[in-house]
Amino acid sequence: MNKVKSLADLKKMKNKLQSDISLREKSENPESMIQVKVAMATCGIASGAKDVMDFMITNLDKRNIDAIVTQTGCMGYCYAEPTIEVRLPGQDPVVYGYVDVKKADEIIEKHIKQGELVDGIIPVNYETINKK
Amino acid sequence: MKEIALHIMDIVQNSVSAGATLVNIEVIEKNAEDRFIVIISDNGRGMDKEVINKVTDPYYTTRTTRSVGMGIPLLKQNAEQAGGSFTITSRQGEGTIVTSIFGHSHIDRPPKGDIPGVVSILAGSNPEMDFVYRHAIDASEYVFDTREVKKILEDVPLSNFSVIKYIKEMIEENVRELK
Repeated sequence: MNKVKSLADLKKMKNKLQSDISLREKSENPESMIQVKVAMATCGIASGAKDVMDFMITNLDKRNIDAIVTQTGCMGYCYAEPTIEVRLPGQDPVVYGYVDVKKADEIIEKHIKQGELVDGIIPVNYETINKK
Repeated sequence: MKEIALHIMDIVQNSVSAGATLVNIEVIEKNAEDRFIVIISDNGRGMDKEVINKVTDPYYTTRTTRSVGMGIPLLKQNAEQAGGSFTITSRQGEGTIVTSIFGHSHIDRPPKGDIPGVVSILAGSNPEMDFVYRHAIDASEYVFDTREVKKILEDVPLSNFSVIKYIKEMIEENVRELK
């Protein structure tokens, strides 16, 4: 039987991670990294946000993309859950609605990798003419 | 919610909003008494009596983005439907304790779900907070504490993908060992 993973093994892994980890990730400045926020209030969780979050974490890691995936609260788009917010460094955040695993894959491949917007955006960050 | 793990994830969001720095998640399985107990306690800002009486009302919420708050009512309903009970106690400035008891073998008790995954996501998403997860099955128990993990990791963040994955697998394997 395999040995059960323990904190001692984590210590060994840390040493390897410390050399692998990107300088950007160590810096305390999340603005310089790709950020994905998954809305995880009751509405999001009930509609499958955890599966989307698991998919994001596993696949950004597999595809070697430096990013931070975190949770956020309800943004008021309960009808469109699960929703996620994607922010590329130096750009305004974009919110996607009705995100499932398939949509998440498309967002990674097109938006995150190539900067191309994908169908399903909830317009939130537009500025009106009056504001200017 | 389809799984107890998702309820835990949901209820802990309340602790996050309440400014808690430490959240205790306890899952206690007592086979002899046929009880499945989930206790979530935090050191957040707590609630006064007036609010406490309102939280089980689905049309009460502190948020401003929508006018309903279903998290606590849904958990209460699921616990009660599964032959159990639900209590919430809180003290202003000290914290809140949410206790849900399910009938372990009750047909309507939701499955456990991916509790290790939930704990690892919570730890990775809220690096400035600490989480203790204790899972006991009858006489044996496993305790996971992010404070110990942080001591080991030093400058490697808990939000690192490899760390999240490792934590999940570590909890999974240790809980599986419980008899």
